[in-house]
Amino acid sequence: MIVTTTKGDMDDSLLEHRSGEVDNENEFTTWTEYWLDGELVHRSVHVTLKKPSVTCEAIAASF
Amino acid sequence: MANTQAMCTSFKTELLTATHNFGTAPIRAVTTADTFKAALYLASATVNATTTAYSATNEVSGTGYTAGGVTVTSWNAPAATGTTAFTTPTASFTYTTVTLSTAFDAVLIYNSTQSNKAVSVHTFGSQTITAGSFILTMPTNDATTGLLRIA
Repeated sequence: MIVTTTKGDMDDSLLEHRSGEVDNENEFTTWTEYWLDGELVHRSVHVTLKKPSVTCEAIAASF
Repeated sequence: MANTQAMCTSFKTELLTATHNFGTAPIRAVTTADTFKAALYLASATVNATTTAYSATNEVSGTGYTAGGVTVTSWNAPAATGTTAFTTPTASFTYTTVTLSTAFDAVLIYNSTQSNKAVSVHTFGSQTITAGSFILTMPTNDATTGLLRIA
């Protein structure tokens, strides 16, 4: 697979691949990195928002 | 029968379509939806409930990123379930082939049709991008998780 890197497009067989994820109440995030000779040459991130805590509460005044 | 004090749910939904005006509103030439944009902000920035409009100050910068961010493709039609009105963009925000070397952790949604007025700020874990893509996928569009909810 061809990967866009800081060195130009490269075949992933030439690169070290690292990936990970974060899963919490707010988000599910995955990240992918490619390294070349100890240098980070590609990093992509996909964040999925789960439950944004920005609800606007409408209140009718009481008399 | 009994009367119950309440904010009418239909009103909450109509707030999302600018149906009501209690003050001086901008003149609208069309009835179609405004254009909204999504800009990324550095982890060192201070965008929050007091933010009133888009600003390039402390916005991310880097190869492939255009100041102001990306356009929100479209929104689900505002709706209500129970007493909560809600809407959510119909598609992910995608920043393709960018390099953002300084950590960022927030997106500001703002109305580019109405003088870049701020809508909402959403935060996530701090990230950097290197010759890659940043994709922000929206939550489920419902009364519990929709991106914008008026409860």
